[in-house]
Amino acid sequence: MTNVTMTVNGKTVSAEIEGRTLLSAFLREGLGLTGTHVGCDTSQCGACVVHVDGKAVKSCTMFAADAAGASVKTIEGMTNPDGSLSVVQQAFQDHHGLQCGFCTPGMVMSSAALLAENPKPTEAEIRHYLEGNICRCTGYHNIVKAVLAASGQDAAAMAAE
Amino acid sequence: MPKDYGIGASTKRREDVRFLSGRGNYTDDLTLHGQTFAVFVRSNVAHGRIKAINTATAAKMPGVLAIFTGEDFKDVGGNPAGWLINSRDGTPMREPKRPVLAHGKVRHVGDAYAAVIAETYNQAKDAAQQLADDSDIEELPAIIDMKKAVADASNRVHDEIPDNLCFDWGWIEDNRAAVDEAFKTAPHVTTLELVNNRLVPNAMEPRSSIGEYFPGTGDYKLTTTSQNPHLTRLLVSAFVLGIPENKLTVVAPDVGGGFGSKIYHYGEEALVLAASRKLGRPVRWTAERSESFLTDAHGRDHVTKIEMASTKDGEILAIRTETLANVGAYLSNFSTATPTFLHGTLMAGPYKVPHVYVNVKTVFTNTAPVDAYRGAGRPEATFSIERVVDKMCRELGLDPFEVRRKNLLTPDQFPYTTPVGLVYDTGNYQATLDKLIELADVAGFDKRAAASKAKGKLRGMGLSTWIEACGIAPSNLVGVLGSRVGLYDAATVRVNATGNISVMVGAHSHGQGHETVFAQIVAEQLGIPEASVEIVHGDTSKIPFGMGSYGSRSLAVCGTAMTKAVDKIIAKGKKIAAHMLEASEDDIVFNDGKFSVTGTDKAKTFGEIAFSAYVPHNYPLETLEPGLEETAFYDPANFTYPAGAYLCEVEVDPETGKVDIAAFTCADDFGHVMNPMIVEGQVHGGVGQGIGQALLENTTYDENGQLLTASYMDYAMPRADDVPFYTVDHSCVTPCTHNPLGVKGCGEAGAIGTPPAVVNAVIDALHRGGMTHVAHIDMPVSPARVWAAING
Amino acid sequence: MHNFDFVKPSSIADAVKALSHEGAQALSGGQTLTPTMKQRLAAPTVLVSLTGIAEMKGVCMGDDGLSIGAATTHATVAAEAAKSYPALAKLAAGIGDPAVRNRGTIGGSLANNDPAACYPAAVLASGATVMTNRRKIAADDYFQGMFTTALEEGEIITGVTFPVPQKAAYVKFNQPASRFALTAVFVAKFADGVRVAVTGASNNGVFRWTEAEAALSGNFAASAVAGLTVDPTGMIGDLHGTPAYRANLVKVLTKRAVDAAA
Repeated sequence: MTNVTMTVNGKTVSAEIEGRTLLSAFLREGLGLTGTHVGCDTSQCGACVVHVDGKAVKSCTMFAADAAGASVKTIEGMTNPDGSLSVVQQAFQDHHGLQCGFCTPGMVMSSAALLAENPKPTEAEIRHYLEGNICRCTGYHNIVKAVLAASGQDAAAMAAE
Repeated sequence: MPKDYGIGASTKRREDVRFLSGRGNYTDDLTLHGQTFAVFVRSNVAHGRIKAINTATAAKMPGVLAIFTGEDFKDVGGNPAGWLINSRDGTPMREPKRPVLAHGKVRHVGDAYAAVIAETYNQAKDAAQQLADDSDIEELPAIIDMKKAVADASNRVHDEIPDNLCFDWGWIEDNRAAVDEAFKTAPHVTTLELVNNRLVPNAMEPRSSIGEYFPGTGDYKLTTTSQNPHLTRLLVSAFVLGIPENKLTVVAPDVGGGFGSKIYHYGEEALVLAASRKLGRPVRWTAERSESFLTDAHGRDHVTKIEMASTKDGEILAIRTETLANVGAYLSNFSTATPTFLHGTLMAGPYKVPHVYVNVKTVFTNTAPVDAYRGAGRPEATFSIERVVDKMCRELGLDPFEVRRKNLLTPDQFPYTTPVGLVYDTGNYQATLDKLIELADVAGFDKRAAASKAKGKLRGMGLSTWIEACGIAPSNLVGVLGSRVGLYDAATVRVNATGNISVMVGAHSHGQGHETVFAQIVAEQLGIPEASVEIVHGDTSKIPFGMGSYGSRSLAVCGTAMTKAVDKIIAKGKKIAAHMLEASEDDIVFNDGKFSVTGTDKAKTFGEIAFSAYVPHNYPLETLEPGLEETAFYDPANFTYPAGAYLCEVEVDPETGKVDIAAFTCADDFGHVMNPMIVEGQVHGGVGQGIGQALLENTTYDENGQLLTASYMDYAMPRADDVPFYTVDHSCVTPCTHNPLGVKGCGEAGAIGTPPAVVNAVIDALHRGGMTHVAHIDMPVSPARVWAAING
Repeated sequence: MHNFDFVKPSSIADAVKALSHEGAQALSGGQTLTPTMKQRLAAPTVLVSLTGIAEMKGVCMGDDGLSIGAATTHATVAAEAAKSYPALAKLAAGIGDPAVRNRGTIGGSLANNDPAACYPAAVLASGATVMTNRRKIAADDYFQGMFTTALEEGEIITGVTFPVPQKAAYVKFNQPASRFALTAVFVAKFADGVRVAVTGASNNGVFRWTEAEAALSGNFAASAVAGLTVDPTGMIGDLHGTPAYRANLVKVLTKRAVDAAA
């Protein structure tokens, strides 16, 4: 067992954990932050994406101990301080960018990371950036629209609607 | 101006707020006091005889609480098939027992033959590995290829079934002579042999189940990833464990996608319940993705020969098909309905074809069970028909748009009885085809093809005009056809004393947005704000009954039950209002949320009536019960028949064989649309899955029955950069004639209409590029397959 | 997965010491090793994270070329090599997906030497030098077949130095599921000749297509390889492509890489 301390959604947390504890398990089981989902075993589906020191990572493919000292942000930390949806989250609702909701936390975290790097991405850049996030429900159409809209672009025009 | 409220409005989904902020409530998100963890020991061979399972060492490992094997369940029931199919000779299908845990033999890689329950997941996992090491399973030759399975009687998936055949079904047997005759005299016959590729549904949330037993009352609770909790309760109660139905609650909380795979009851659900009873503690299990690949019911997997008889100018005279359909190692709950009554009955398509005969042989193999996956049978039918129509056009040098127009049923022909047993109530297939041609700018194709050519790419376009039967289903009809369940649905509308409303529905939402759309409908019916209506689903302890969500049935069947329950509320409200307003009940009209006396300004609001029902001080107590709550069951009079026309444009890279979807356009007729935003989202998703089937997805077992595509490293899921923006339209409306909302269903359309449009487009591109030797490429139309076809 | 002790040293010396324990294994970005451990196909007793070692991180231009610390993530290479070695930056930007690129490292990729990985093609085509805690290894000596390298027990990669070519390009054809290279080609033109490295195609892992190198060294144009044939013998045949298909891709992608570089 090792002791790890990190910041999660602005709060300092500390715990005794096994070496094999994945960051995703630490968040879900240790901290009860079940918004981060686990959808595969091979680091492909992206449902578990969180931000570690501002970068999108797959939390099911990172050991919690490796995040010691880091600042972690999860989907629960994405809402505005008053609890309302942030711009990216609101765009997903406005443009029906989710259906079953399971991939959504990872999708939102990846999209937010993209917009931080590239505030006005093209459609192609969005599709390329989201290649590590699998959605089975939406056919991606409205996810891409939501990200375009969150970046302040005219999503409806770009989706040729 | 689009509507902003009620029916027809694109109301934003209320459920999104919890999903977007990480506050969803999926099964694996629950933590229970005293919970324990189940891990299943699964066969790593496709076919084997269980000689011994030595539990002694594993049982003593740290944290281990219990071990179960097939022996523990040999005296309880099996998981049954929900549909009885008779063979052509009248004999009933073969129905081997599907046990909770394999007993005697293991029959596919992933078949669970033991389970370990431990204090922690890792302890259970460690002991399960030990148990696997301590199991003696004699490997037997695997039966994988369907043709070989039927031909070789010596090697059997189930020892009692000599030819591995579940049934040999003819539809309709009486048609056969006329069909054969039509082929004998036909001016032209087009033949196509094709494979409808096996798919893994891949809902993003893996299956998960938690069993709880409450010793004080003897009650059980199963929290599980289900599309239809009542059906699961029925199966567990009446067939598998024998728990009285009234002692078992099944809850399906937020469910992360289903696509068919979560319709069925699975052994893991029975195991966690039995284990929780033994331990007196909650027992939980969540599939790893590799378990999902190995054990979720797969979809499709047909090998078909289709023949089409026609005139030289493309008039279809007859269709004849022979199909081998894989059911895998065991019969999943609807596995026998999918290749038969959801497939053979659609084999006339949207065409006025006089003669059709369908033969389906369903085969047991040492692979995971195969059952309904989005579209279920109808994508297989549509793919076969639309590919062979396209091939016929090519053979005869005819225009695929004109040939379809020539053969499509015309609006004056409805209601239309097909030669394969359905009665299409309404439709206008020319309208959707015309809409498609306009939206997809077919006229501008040559210009786009020239631009593609300048980039070294071959451009092609592929058409598909499709129909489905959904809103399943009329119980009396499906009963005749072999269904062992009724397929009605139910809803309770509870008006609370303060006037807001809880609606308990039998449909289950796992992405469809029922919580929003159903509330829109009730709000409009009652003239109250949408926010006053709460939709409750997924809990057998709260909901009267229900047959769940699949087959694009939620709105057409459960939605109708709900509106009928609301009608009862209004009828009772009129009685209350008549009393309060001292008028005759016949003179009360209900409009815009108010009960008024016709021709006067005397009125009571809906809220006043609700209050009076619960505080009945001025109330006709002698003739009317207090309270305002109504339940309706609704059994549809017919299937619904959504239809549409799809066009796909592809660019093919002739050097690498890679296919890119350049454009995809859909013109659908879903009847009336309740929430356009959600309908469009459903079509997008279906098209995405259809493109996945056509270009990317394949489920491959090797000859030993090892699943080669058992992770996302080898099973190609569509990603955001594999697909374009789609153009979707639902402005062509012929309302369903037999439900009050005039709705038909939209959930499966994309998955049904898309695959042939994509493949037709690829073949078109190759032919336009001069590669006219390529008559067909099986799905998935992968780069390697296209390149091989070009160079073959 | 089996349990282990997690250690995160801050110097190469401490890492080497930690790795001397029985059952110890180095962990870099973990994008391959972690899934392998979940499957229980790897079960180290001590996992030594290399991501906390500052001296193994970073991208800098020196006299010998572009030096990249072994623990540098793909994302960092994509960003920081964009000006100095654009073809390499573009390769890094196409590995996995953004979240994988934020964790996966060049050293981890090279130590694993997956036959479908991207970096081996760049290292071999560039004639790069692999630096370890013990020695410098020329690219031509480093790759020794699928998942096999010149690394010895306890030896860790500390960095890679890339000579920067006059012109270069990497063209990758994705395996549709994993997004690894079904086949990919890195072409690098130096003053003294052209090097062509192919990944994803061969059962022996990354290799140099020497006939193409000879043809391109004389005439750096796609047409120079048009007349060559690629022998499918020894190419990978799997669900996603036959040996013949991969052989075709080698040639097609080489032409495209030359066009992209020119």
